[in-house]
Amino acid sequence: MPIKNKALRALAFLTVFACSATFAAEGHFEHANNDVSNVASLQRGARNFVNYCYGCHSAKYVRYSRLAQGLGLTETQLMENLMFTGVRPSDTMQNAISADDAKRWFGRQPPDLSLVSRSRGPDYIYSFLKSFYLDPSRPTGVNNTVLPGAAMPHVLWELQGVQKAVYEGETDAQKNMVKKFKGFELVTQGKMSPEEYDQFVRDTVNFLDYIGEPMQLERQSLGYYVLGYLLVFLLFAYLLKKEYWKKVK
Amino acid sequence: MSTHQGDIYDRTGSRLNAFRAWIDARFPLTKMFNEHAGEYYAPKNFNFWYYFGSLALLVLVLQIVTGIFLTMNYKPSANDAFASVEYIMRDVDWGWLIRYMHSTGASMFFIVVYLHMFRGLMYGSYKYPRELLWIFGMFIYLCLMAEAFFGYLLPWGNMSYWGAQVITSLFGAIPYVGNALLEWIRGDYYISDVTLNRFFALHVVALPLALVFLVVAHILALHEVGSNNPDGIEIKKLKGADGHPVDGIQFHPFYTVKDLVGVVVFLMVFAGIIFFAPTMGGYFLEHANFDPADRLQTPEHIAPVWYFTPFYAILRAVPNKLMGVALMGLAVVSFFFLPWLDRGKVKSIRYRGWLYKFFLFEFAISFVALGFLGMQPATPAYTKAAQIFSVLYFAFFILMPWYTSADKTKPVPERVTYHAH
Repeated sequence: MPIKNKALRALAFLTVFACSATFAAEGHFEHANNDVSNVASLQRGARNFVNYCYGCHSAKYVRYSRLAQGLGLTETQLMENLMFTGVRPSDTMQNAISADDAKRWFGRQPPDLSLVSRSRGPDYIYSFLKSFYLDPSRPTGVNNTVLPGAAMPHVLWELQGVQKAVYEGETDAQKNMVKKFKGFELVTQGKMSPEEYDQFVRDTVNFLDYIGEPMQLERQSLGYYVLGYLLVFLLFAYLLKKEYWKKVK
Repeated sequence: MSTHQGDIYDRTGSRLNAFRAWIDARFPLTKMFNEHAGEYYAPKNFNFWYYFGSLALLVLVLQIVTGIFLTMNYKPSANDAFASVEYIMRDVDWGWLIRYMHSTGASMFFIVVYLHMFRGLMYGSYKYPRELLWIFGMFIYLCLMAEAFFGYLLPWGNMSYWGAQVITSLFGAIPYVGNALLEWIRGDYYISDVTLNRFFALHVVALPLALVFLVVAHILALHEVGSNNPDGIEIKKLKGADGHPVDGIQFHPFYTVKDLVGVVVFLMVFAGIIFFAPTMGGYFLEHANFDPADRLQTPEHIAPVWYFTPFYAILRAVPNKLMGVALMGLAVVSFFFLPWLDRGKVKSIRYRGWLYKFFLFEFAISFVALGFLGMQPATPAYTKAAQIFSVLYFAFFILMPWYTSADKTKPVPERVTYHAH
């Protein structure tokens, strides 16, 4: 049945997406447990990002020079470790692949990652990067439990190794067999141990968390001063009020 | 000429007073100050609930000032808007602070205004002789809703986009003119660059002007009739030998110093949010709004920002769309009629009977419950709950003429309740 009215269509969208939201809310993610005040972790994360993500994903709101400042890097360190495409420190992290190529290779343009930690959350990214499993039905050979049908190939397979998803058979209320996801099982060992891989992903997520809101640490530390100032101000304001109101009988 | 100036110096003894006299001879500065502060007599028994009027004024000023600075770097175009907001957040010195002040300010504006309105309901501040004062206030509230709605599109995030798409689509439900009206509002067949540009114009020029004008009218009306108070007593009825109300005190200095305490406490809450939880877990700044607007991809769950959700829940509770839109409109407009729906002889809840207390309580509960339900996905159970609370919401207004006249009220005392500290 064609939905004539645009308004109705919008409402139909609403209902559909309201339903899908309940499913999304049910999926629980592993905690990333990252710490944006850990500068060493941020530096490793920046290295990981530039080496493994940046080939396809941009971070177009992030300016190299500001990144270097935040990560405690000198301009030379910045140029030698994080900048490879002949850009200037005052440039932002645009990526090298064209939109047309990206669409041809992956079916869609890889999303910009500047704000992914703010729209999806660090736990989501952490779980996503750990949830690729073998699925021969997919063009990339892998699928992902966090984002089923993800267009992204398992870029980190060399590091993590290759894992498969293990399911348990279960019968539901209608006596149908359903597959219930049990966990992952490593099929081929990667270059890293599972602990090393977790740390690698955590550093990367930490970096993404940082670039999502680069001023977040500054914001919090300033917050204590502002609240401290207001607390002192409150004392004086209260005493002033008391003094004046003595006259009110 | 010199003799004349000399006279003033002799009379007042200070340069500052001479300057004031110079102005007063040409502009009613002292007269206005006295009318609205220095000799404006307010009841001395104001309680906690009376902070929110001055706080609303404070937030209005903050929004205007931070808004001016945001406008200096914001670009109202579909191509640049999202990036310009990120530019403000990252590259403009203190841009992040200004932006968070503005985005938090929007939510705080509604918090203080809702508390301010609830105060009016509790103490009957809309009743004679304050009907027009209440109506100005309601127009402020309407403007504020429009202002927030237009402003919410400006970051051009995906929730901005789809929120505007859904809310504007409501106008399409109006019979005959709906679709034409919809196109006229959007300036296009869907929310586009054109819509963004006009929403920007309305957000930064038209509505702030209307708001400031209405706030001035609201305050002038208040100072004409005098403030209500928690006892709902007209203090002007009992004047002392000096001609001033015996239960009144000058707004300045007494309430300026008292409101200053309220302002500092408010700023502590405000700063707590800005510096430690600027998104308020996705309630003040929604997660989906960190994805840029995308006409082809809806967010997982579209809901308006929290301050609109009570009305949104009423809209969704009605199966018929046109009826839903009509009831949602009525839910807001009903407040305008309060002065005439209320047949009670007393103003304040302190001297009303249990009937009014019961209905005000169930109204407050249903407003909060609808606010919660409007954020949730519309499951059958939630929809049922929203229907029940919608009925309770309207019962407050529809049954008001009955329960306010049937209520057993207590006698109102001569003087306000006040214990000196």
